[in-house]
Amino acid sequence: MESNAAALTEREAAGLVEAEGSETSRTSLREVELSTEAGPGDAIRLAEAMEDDTIPHFDKFLGHLGTLPWDRYGVRLGAIVGAVILWHVLSVNHVDMLINFANIPNPVVVGDQLVFLLGTSEFYRHILVSLERIAISFGIAAVLGIFIGIIMGRSRIFSDIMMPYIEILRPIPAVAWIPMAILMLPTEEASIIYITTLGAFFPIVLSTLHGVEQTSGVYIRAAQSLGAGRIAIMRHVVLPGALPSIMSGLAIGMGVAWFSLLAGEIISGQYGIGYFTWNAYSLVEYESIVIGMLIIGGLGTLSTWLVKQASKPALRWQESET
Amino acid sequence: MSGIEYAAAESGMGMGTEGDGEANTLPPLGKTHTTQLKADKGQVTIEGVTVDFGGNVAVDDATLEIRPGEFLCLLGPSGCGKSTLMNTVAGFVRPTAGCVSVDGVQVEQPGLDRGMVFQQHSLFPWKTVCDNVAFGPLMANLGKDQARATARSFLEMVGLSGYENRYPGVLSGGMKQRVGIARALANYPKVLLMDEPFGALDAQTRLVMQENLLQIWSEFGITVIFVTHDIDEAVFLADRVVIMSASPGRLIADLPVELERPRSLAMTTSDVYIRTKQRCMELIRTESKRAFDQQRSVA
Ligand SMILES: Nc1ncnc2c1ncn2[C@@H]1O[C@H](COP(=O)(O)OP(=O)(O)OP(=O)(O)O)[C@@H](O)[C@H]1O
Ligand SMILES: [Mg+2]
Repeated sequence: MESNAAALTEREAAGLVEAEGSETSRTSLREVELSTEAGPGDAIRLAEAMEDDTIPHFDKFLGHLGTLPWDRYGVRLGAIVGAVILWHVLSVNHVDMLINFANIPNPVVVGDQLVFLLGTSEFYRHILVSLERIAISFGIAAVLGIFIGIIMGRSRIFSDIMMPYIEILRPIPAVAWIPMAILMLPTEEASIIYITTLGAFFPIVLSTLHGVEQTSGVYIRAAQSLGAGRIAIMRHVVLPGALPSIMSGLAIGMGVAWFSLLAGEIISGQYGIGYFTWNAYSLVEYESIVIGMLIIGGLGTLSTWLVKQASKPALRWQESET
Repeated sequence: MSGIEYAAAESGMGMGTEGDGEANTLPPLGKTHTTQLKADKGQVTIEGVTVDFGGNVAVDDATLEIRPGEFLCLLGPSGCGKSTLMNTVAGFVRPTAGCVSVDGVQVEQPGLDRGMVFQQHSLFPWKTVCDNVAFGPLMANLGKDQARATARSFLEMVGLSGYENRYPGVLSGGMKQRVGIARALANYPKVLLMDEPFGALDAQTRLVMQENLLQIWSEFGITVIFVTHDIDEAVFLADRVVIMSASPGRLIADLPVELERPRSLAMTTSDVYIRTKQRCMELIRTESKRAFDQQRSVA
């Protein structure tokens, strides 16, 4: 029952992200958890395997290592190495078929440039500024999104007031907000934060709302007959029940936050990894474009992974559900 | 709060006001066969209750008086309105007409003087078994530690001490319902409402659960309203079987069960048992036939 509902959230949320065109954020929290592939869930499964003391711990541990899909890790690594080699061959030979590789720097040049950049403080500053913007925006979006989502789920009138705004504003992509954000807000920095927050806010609020709405009535009744009041029901029943949904909303929100941040940074701002990438194009430093892109991909993946990891302890109970 | 005060006053179980009673002073529940209380609380009065869901009359003019400490089974076919009638006692459903009162106080909303065991699984899946049972005591303002201590003694009573730190998801259906019973009792309610609690269990598990329940009931001296559509279950458990008819849900018969207590499986072959069961079957058969004919004439 729970997993059905969660799947629904994802489909909804995925649709939302699709509309914004971001591929990476489409992977949902639950999909990762439920997949049989190796992933973050292994650590917990491993820990659980070790808790069971019917079999000596070490044997269990070895047994578990044996079940990890090492061959699949190998395939994945091979896929990356293959792509880098292909990229090298294409760009060194200036291949021009449909896609023009003539102006694309090869991996060796890019590597040299990366080593150079790692020696400059400017490069780190770009990264740190972006990370700071993400942290602030995502924090605001998470707090507001969860708070508003819960109230919407519990109050019909509040939901009716909020829903039209959400429905109308949600499809507006981050890029389209830029002129208005600059007009509305005092600084460029504030505009970027605003755009990023807004992007992350919608998936979070909608997932939270969905999670709250599907709280089973029987849990609420059980709590009531055990003497729980409105606030206790909120804290002990509604919020934990909605948590899986909220967490997948947060993971999707993180992806959209990066997407929006980059749009904001490319068009305005003096720092940030998005600015760095766009600026490299203006300065004809093509190696830096590649580096900027890879950094963006890496940071986006890393931050989404962190959100999922942070949500693990709160969702431990789900591992016993079938 | 009243449930707790009741427990302190009636059972002398040392569960009184906050602060008094350490974890280790709790009684060994389920170990004594001598605590049979003379209950004088937990009288349930159902007076002319009708529940109408917008034209669909689920309960029609039900009147029933349940004595303190009585074990009453509400027996009827699926969909006849048993859950609905019970929900009016629990305070989840407001009667369209008539009223329900417990010890002379009219039921307005759910409260911890009426514990509920649900037809479907209702344990909070995000709380451990122990925290599920501790929830009621926690809401009754016992501290977290004392609530947990209470929960542990109730889990011991239902034989699930080893599972206190597991999540409900790993329990079998029978275990879940035992936790559900422990949770409903942990506030020392005056009335225990059970809505087909064993309906989803296999026959063997169900028998064990029934005997378990009777033992708990005799120790707590609590009023039990037990909904079922299983005639054997009703006769085996109840002091009194009240039979409900389908569409609209009406109370059509009120049969005392003259079997002595404590009940044992051997009694299920006794004359009294068989006679009571036959009487129930006759009543239900005529009633079902009437309902069936009625439906056919409508169609
Ligand atoms: N909230 C509701 N709104 C509308 N109709 C309802 C509602 N709850 C119950 N009913 C109707 O009332 C009737 C009695 O339902 P109820 O759940 O009380 O039956 P029951 O005897 O408990 O059945 P079962 O043995 O299957 O649990 C049914 O026809 C049902 O459709
Ligand atoms: Mg029912």
